[in-house]
Amino acid sequence: MTEPDDFENRISPVRILIAKPGLDGHDRGAKVLVRALRDAGFEVVYTGLFQTPEMIASAALQEDVQVIGLSILSGAHMTLFPQIMQELKGRGLDDVLVVAGGTIPKADIPAVKGLGVAEVFGPGTRLSEIVDFIRQNAPAPSPLW
Amino acid sequence: MLPRLATLVENEDPRGLEALDVLYPLTGKAHVVGVTGPPGAGKSSLVAALLDRIRASGRRAAVLAVDPTSTISGGAVLGDRIRMMEQHADEGVFVRSMASRGRQGGLAWATAGLVHLLDAAGYPLVLVETVGTGQDGTDIASLADTVVVVEAPGLGDGIQAIKSGLLEVGDIVVVNKADQPGADDARRLLRAAFDLAHPTDSRETPILPAVAITGSGVAELLTAIDDHVSWLTESGQLTVRRERAARSEVLAGIRMALDRRLEAGSSHMPELASLISRVARRELSPREAVETLTVMLGPSVNS
Repeated sequence: MTEPDDFENRISPVRILIAKPGLDGHDRGAKVLVRALRDAGFEVVYTGLFQTPEMIASAALQEDVQVIGLSILSGAHMTLFPQIMQELKGRGLDDVLVVAGGTIPKADIPAVKGLGVAEVFGPGTRLSEIVDFIRQNAPAPSPLW
Repeated sequence: MLPRLATLVENEDPRGLEALDVLYPLTGKAHVVGVTGPPGAGKSSLVAALLDRIRASGRRAAVLAVDPTSTISGGAVLGDRIRMMEQHADEGVFVRSMASRGRQGGLAWATAGLVHLLDAAGYPLVLVETVGTGQDGTDIASLADTVVVVEAPGLGDGIQAIKSGLLEVGDIVVVNKADQPGADDARRLLRAAFDLAHPTDSRETPILPAVAITGSGVAELLTAIDDHVSWLTESGQLTVRRERAARSEVLAGIRMALDRRLEAGSSHMPELASLISRVARRELSPREAVETLTVMLGPSVNS
């Protein structure tokens, strides 16, 4: 049995940014996910609605998250995702795991993944599937030098 | 660089902590403003409104926003940033969310360290938004130069206002949501309570109305914050507070180190394990065990 505050063996929590890019006022899904990730032991920064690619990248940089989750239900993913990935690269954030969810048509998934999005979680995805994916793929906070 | 360094400090990575040791002599220049108050009083919205004003006055500012860590999962929802959306892309504003990571009292263990980092990075103003706190949770008073307590109408009567706790540590009190019914009453009650508590104080605690979401009263709040720094400097209180902050940070560090050693202790310290067993068998009282162990730490202040 491990003690809850066993400092020596403690793992630093993974930090995740959940963002809602663009003109999309529906964030119930994002909130359900934020809650599930909290319950899975992650530290989840939620940006709220109507974020520009620049705002998302800037938040990811300042918060130094290891994972970004983009939730989008507006259909504008092929416009916004390339801009977001560009803004992230521009800030040197190429080691961040980016995942996406919402209403992204199956036909678009290869193109979205081609941008560097690691996984796309469509409607009906089990929360545990998302949690497991992040657990397995989130990079450790990388050293400074 | 700064965000990654903050993560290393927060995670107590030795590389981050050593960097902080090197940077520490560069700190002490920033004005540290604590923003505290009950959940939902409007702390984050008020910080966002303050950021607008601070930026309009041409200054840069950093925000540390602390939200609670779940005692069940260890996870946290860090939602203070939502209110500060407008500032996301402003280079003159640095906003960092922190989870409390098991510390009670409104802050995280690493909050003081991150304040030093932002101070060393040259932010002239560092705003620290605490976890939503009620009557307890006054740790911010030993970190901040200026404590702003955010209240809202309808949170209690004149007896609440004279109880010990949060209000005692407020250098400035804001009644947010001042456009709501009961706001004038709340201000009157708070004023009366403060006048009872500090009838001869050289400085009267301002009690200011504000509506964070419209920005009403926020300019006056920033003026009150700036006036408080001038007062601190002129009265010599700044030195007193900085001394108190240093003392509190060092003592908290020692307590945490001891705490962790004790938690890991039962396996590493045979004396502790055997004393605990003897207490469990009723051969020794808990007080006797504590006394035996504290003697090992050195002479007591009473002896």
